[in-house]
Amino acid sequence: QMLRLIYTTTAVQRKNVGASGPAKYTEAFIKKQIEEFNLGKRHLANMMGEDPETFTQEDIDRAIAYLFPSGLFDKQARPMMKHPTEIFPEQRKIQWGEDGRPFHFLFYTGKQSYYSLMHETYEKLLNVEKYQDQLIAQDLPLQKEKRNLAGSRWLTKIELEEMLLEKLSDDDYSRFIQLLEKLTNLPCSDIEEKYIQKFSKELPVQMQKVVIEPLQYDERGVAFSTGEGRRKTARATVVIYDNGTGKMTVNGLDVLHYFPVLQDREQLLFPFQFLSRIGKHDAVCTVSGGGRSAQAGAIRLACAKALRSFVTEKEVEFMRQAGLLTVDPRVKERKKPGQEGARRKFTWKKR
Amino acid sequence: DDKLLSEPLSHPDFFNVKELFTLKDLFDARVHLGHKKGCRHRFMEPYIFGCRLDQDIIDLEQTMQHLQLALNFTAHIAYRKGIILFISRKRQFCHLVERTAQGCGEYAHTRYWQGGLLTNAHIQFGAGVRLPDLIIFLSSLNNVFHPHVAIRDAAKMNIPTVGVVDTNCNPSLITYPIPGNDDSPSAMELYCKLFRMTIIRAKDKRRQSEAVEELR
Repeated sequence: QMLRLIYTTTAVQRKNVGASGPAKYTEAFIKKQIEEFNLGKRHLANMMGEDPETFTQEDIDRAIAYLFPSGLFDKQARPMMKHPTEIFPEQRKIQWGEDGRPFHFLFYTGKQSYYSLMHETYEKLLNVEKYQDQLIAQDLPLQKEKRNLAGSRWLTKIELEEMLLEKLSDDDYSRFIQLLEKLTNLPCSDIEEKYIQKFSKELPVQMQKVVIEPLQYDERGVAFSTGEGRRKTARATVVIYDNGTGKMTVNGLDVLHYFPVLQDREQLLFPFQFLSRIGKHDAVCTVSGGGRSAQAGAIRLACAKALRSFVTEKEVEFMRQAGLLTVDPRVKERKKPGQEGARRKFTWKKR
Repeated sequence: DDKLLSEPLSHPDFFNVKELFTLKDLFDARVHLGHKKGCRHRFMEPYIFGCRLDQDIIDLEQTMQHLQLALNFTAHIAYRKGIILFISRKRQFCHLVERTAQGCGEYAHTRYWQGGLLTNAHIQFGAGVRLPDLIIFLSSLNNVFHPHVAIRDAAKMNIPTVGVVDTNCNPSLITYPIPGNDDSPSAMELYCKLFRMTIIRAKDKRRQSEAVEELR
């Protein structure tokens, strides 16, 4: 009988390897990058004529900005030369040794840093409870120092992810925060203050007390104060003198010449009328930018700010509530593509 | 090297695990207490001594034998430098189990079990992972009173298991079941102590034998 030829494929069946995720940098690669960076730093120092030994990161940034000027708006898109640890994100190295045994005892859970954190925090909780039991057994009073609750916040989920180098879910994060809250609410948790402080951040002081500048005195002995104001694109600076007659000068011209329209002059008078100090002050203003109405609004704000120094705190509060001291945030809205103006759309045609 | 590995296998109780516990210790730690008659699992009936006021009592003679076999097996695995994974889904004893594993130098998993940890390990962990060589269940049910997924996964991946089975558990897929109570703190502390002592003993013996071999 004839031998029949069985067809077999010679080409190896290719496995469809999926996307491997973000590039993994080996330790050797990072070391090489650090060496190249240091070499490059010395070369740059020589090029700029500076001492290679005392060439700091700020000098590098200045040198690069000088040698490679870029007009790009995004600072991160411009050419930069930084230490490799700042450029390449921190990554997890291989978690097990040569014999295959993982280093961390919670490796097989998948989220080892998060669960080890929970384990440690729970251990601190048990410590505090044990200490409390000891105090109760000795009939000593439990300490109750009122901690500053409003001054600090817990780390956000993103900050915690950065700390642990691991992805967390919202549920995990909320559980961890609940455990921390439980720990802080125990009476004797002062023992573990150091541990808790690792996970709390100081809140920046929200209300910045606006400092009202004191009155200044010029050569004649007259008290004056300055104020700045803005409205749309107009910027104004005003100097208000005490013991005046109510004269106002704008850019060298008298108020009646500069603002022929009554509405603008009413705006200028508003702060003085509110504090009933109409004939008592002189004002010298400089204003630029914007239009007629915007300049008037800018000068009004500047006057109000300057008058704060002449007036009691209560009246300052009244001015603030009247809206004399707030910057008007309304600016011209940009035009969008596909529309005729900022809001106006093109005429709708049925067909 | 061959002699190191084959010598312990010739003795029935090379690591002398029988002296670590007595029947009285098991009784004092309330290992014999099971769940109520209504929770009884069909396959646990051979291990149950009797039922008093609706509560099942586990036969401690059988527990002794099973415990001795299981401890002997863990000691052999630890002697051969195997990876041991402690699993318990009881929230009350999660910290205790993790501490035991840390004390032995072995590994623990007392949290939510992600589906592919054993079966999909190469993708979840990385290319060259080494899977555990023994899994010890200190409580073989999960939080919803179903058998833990790791029992089935270990059977799929040919990993031997040692497990404490209570009267409401299914002992079928576990290679070395230990019928006993898994709910009392005293019983759990006893098990943790026994496992820790066997593993440490086995590792010490291994180090001694290696030192003796090197001296020759």
